[in-house]
Amino acid sequence: MGFFLETLIGGLMAGMLYALVALGFVLIFKASGVFNFAQGAMVLFAALAMARFAEWIPGWFGLEGSYLGTAAAFVVAGALMFVVAWLIERLVLRHLVNQEGATLLMATLGIAYVLEGIGSTMFGSSIYTIDVGMPKDPVFLFEGIFPGGLLINKEDFIAALIAAVLVGLLTLFFQKTTTGRALRAVADDHQAAQSIGIPLNRIWVIVWCVAGLVALVAGVIWGSKLGVQFSLSTVALRALPVVILGGLTSVPGAIIGGLIIGVGEKLSEVYLGPMVGGGIEIWFAYVLALVVLLFRPQGLFGEKIIDRV
Amino acid sequence: MSRQIGEVILDLKQVSLSFGGVKALTDISFNVREHEIRAIIGPNGAGKSSMLNVINGVYRPQEGEIILRGQRFTKMNPYKAAQAGISRTFQNIALFKGMNVIDNLMTGRNLKIRSNLIQQAFWWGPARREELEHRAKVEDVIDFLEIQHIRKTPVGRLPYGLQKRVDLGRALAMEPSILLLDEPMAGMNVEEKQDMCRFILDVNDQFGTTIVLIEHDMAVVMDISDRVVVLDYGKKIGDGDPDEVRANPDVISAYLGASH
Ligand SMILES: Nc1ncnc2c1ncn2[C@@H]1O[C@H](COP(=O)(O)OP(=O)(O)O)[C@@H](O)[C@H]1O
Ligand SMILES: [Mg+2]
Repeated sequence: MGFFLETLIGGLMAGMLYALVALGFVLIFKASGVFNFAQGAMVLFAALAMARFAEWIPGWFGLEGSYLGTAAAFVVAGALMFVVAWLIERLVLRHLVNQEGATLLMATLGIAYVLEGIGSTMFGSSIYTIDVGMPKDPVFLFEGIFPGGLLINKEDFIAALIAAVLVGLLTLFFQKTTTGRALRAVADDHQAAQSIGIPLNRIWVIVWCVAGLVALVAGVIWGSKLGVQFSLSTVALRALPVVILGGLTSVPGAIIGGLIIGVGEKLSEVYLGPMVGGGIEIWFAYVLALVVLLFRPQGLFGEKIIDRV
Repeated sequence: MSRQIGEVILDLKQVSLSFGGVKALTDISFNVREHEIRAIIGPNGAGKSSMLNVINGVYRPQEGEIILRGQRFTKMNPYKAAQAGISRTFQNIALFKGMNVIDNLMTGRNLKIRSNLIQQAFWWGPARREELEHRAKVEDVIDFLEIQHIRKTPVGRLPYGLQKRVDLGRALAMEPSILLLDEPMAGMNVEEKQDMCRFILDVNDQFGTTIVLIEHDMAVVMDISDRVVVLDYGKKIGDGDPDEVRANPDVISAYLGASH
């Protein structure tokens, strides 16, 4: 029982990060109908920026070994992601208004390659580390209830907490503020939103900025765990089955989908892994998403897709 | 009548619009005067909706121009039109289905909002005060349209007639100087039509809003409009006050010859 709970909690914690990245996908899709294949590249780019700025900035300003240097690096990397978001809207999306879904998808693929290229030119292409001072030691919880307690990885726990708080804040922002309401309006009906004076371009910049912020947080968390290297951009694509599962248009779907995938991966690895051989964690999420796709093409929470004729 | 019809506020010159091979509008010119109720009528497919869509820039005509308060627009777009004080409703209701009535109307205040993103994010004083001011305006519109009882209802759950009324409410929340209405009474029962008529007349009378209206119900059109444009197959076949239009032989034959 204790072991099962440990696995479950581990899954939920990993799932929270998927949920965060999936939220980035969903916001962009809702606002502009674009499936953003560049999300993975954005994670890599943000992590690279963070790793290198955390190295450079303390050097420039004599802040070695202080949290101030790390914080400054985070802020600068965040600002850079906002610039990237703005450029993407300016140089790409603005010119593709009302184009077909496939065209937009190709455009984001292009953005992904360009970002990866610029990233390695600006920041180098070796393997870097990010150290934001996350505690690495495990803790034991509920020692009174389970013999030996539950083993929880403190780093994962803090990461999940940060992700959860960010998801909560973003959801609040989009529910409670004027800009959030404008975004929901755009998501519902582009044409009507524009006709009442909601500027599409500004909304797009905002959702890409959010996606950039999400990418940065995910990049820092995954980067400090796995190291910053090229493969980081594929880790983010693990959120792909999450949005298929949860539904591309649903914010709650992204969150719940993330948790389901996180838990599913961990449980399947532990309990099914020995039977079917290792590596199940890699493909389990996709199989789950495919199964859902067969029965509910719009995902668990997505809006029904109705073809207008 | 308290309102006084003024100068030409909106002038359309030789507008032609086609979709591939389909000519939706051919060489159409007409104008709209300040404070008047201007109707566009014609059989189905005549190009009436296309005309409204050209005025607020949803469609870009291949030829012709739009002159709004003396300013020439060759490339109108819906955002610019909204900034210039043009608001509209849609033939197929285009409300934000996921939101309730108040939120739908609040989106109509978007152009008037001054607080920035940061202030909103932190629920800062100015942003909050502003939200309350806009909310008060929206409540005025709700009272005006007599929809207090559905204020918090998600619009997707409302019956068709009320959705049409909320659609008008969202347009009114913008405090427009020109209001474009695409078949505001289509699909309504007699009582709902009477209400809608009254609202349109009150808007025009109390706020002096200029109204461009597409409507199928001939009795209604002749009753409430000051001047009428008649379209048929994308061409203008009549223009004048209701009596002139009624007596126009081209209009009579278009209406006898086509079902509508
Ligand atoms: N977006 C569009 N794409 C292609 N054809 C269109 C479009 N909008 C209108 N049309 C065509 O233009 C003509 C006029 O349509 P419309 O303006 O909707 O007429 P009305 O509102 O008078 O019924 C019709 O032949 C219609 O099929
Ligand atoms: Mg029409």
